[in-house]
Amino acid sequence: MIYLTRRYRFSASHRLHSLRLSEPENQRIYGKCSNPGGHGHNYALEVTVAGEPDPRTGMVVDLTRLDAFVEKEILERFDLSYLNDDRDCFAEKVPTTENLCMEIYHRLRAGFGDASVDRVRLEETSLNSFTYRGEEGDNA
Amino acid sequence: MIYLTRKIEFSASHYYHSPALSAEENRRLFGKLNNPHGHGHNYMLEVTVAGEPDPVTGMVLDLKELKEILQHEVMEVFDHKFINEQVPVLAGQVPTTENIARAIWGLLAGKITRGRLHHIRLYETPDLFVDFYGDGAAR
Repeated sequence: MIYLTRRYRFSASHRLHSLRLSEPENQRIYGKCSNPGGHGHNYALEVTVAGEPDPRTGMVVDLTRLDAFVEKEILERFDLSYLNDDRDCFAEKVPTTENLCMEIYHRLRAGFGDASVDRVRLEETSLNSFTYRGEEGDNA
Repeated sequence: MIYLTRKIEFSASHYYHSPALSAEENRRLFGKLNNPHGHGHNYMLEVTVAGEPDPVTGMVLDLKELKEILQHEVMEVFDHKFINEQVPVLAGQVPTTENIARAIWGLLAGKITRGRLHHIRLYETPDLFVDFYGDGAAR
């Protein structure tokens, strides 16, 4: 099995604030990440697909098609956006990088049919990163 | 278990062309990667060996030995080569990062006798890399 990983970049802002928590609780849990004006990051996204190389082409996936899908479905959606405004993704959820990582994973699994999406790794900063491989059974 | 990783960098050129496809299909599928004069990359290879440290030396394997194996099996084979024409282990294959990783695994697999070759990661660019754990093996 070959695991092929492609890195992409996007920038976005967010505010960590939960409607299910009181104001003091939000302050205590999220601290400066709950600043009402939000704050931003340069995210680095790693998408890993798994498979055997096609015997004719030597490729697990056509990178042009993977790039096109990620560009249209992920980067266009999130790049230079305020994540909290994305009601499809974050009406109910706090746009932490954990939740964003899972959201991106599910969008790729649901929409990209060329190869099996193995994992998504999302770097929020050079010091923090999050990896999601789906719940048990997703990758069976 | 300890996982020890050593990196090496080599520079090589290649182009993508499959004899199983027509000229038109090759152009359509591979685009500018199909240019027969080739193009090049600085490949970064990470080789990870798993094992228990020897109780006397504290080492999984002798790094000097690993360095010599990588020099002989990888650097001398790939560095400053035109892969399509000068790397026999890839003869008849499209030299994608996927296939190069598999070929490198094949060159290293029998040579590392202390510890166990666990996986290799091959970067074609900082934004594209392949992990391989051996034929039939998953992470």
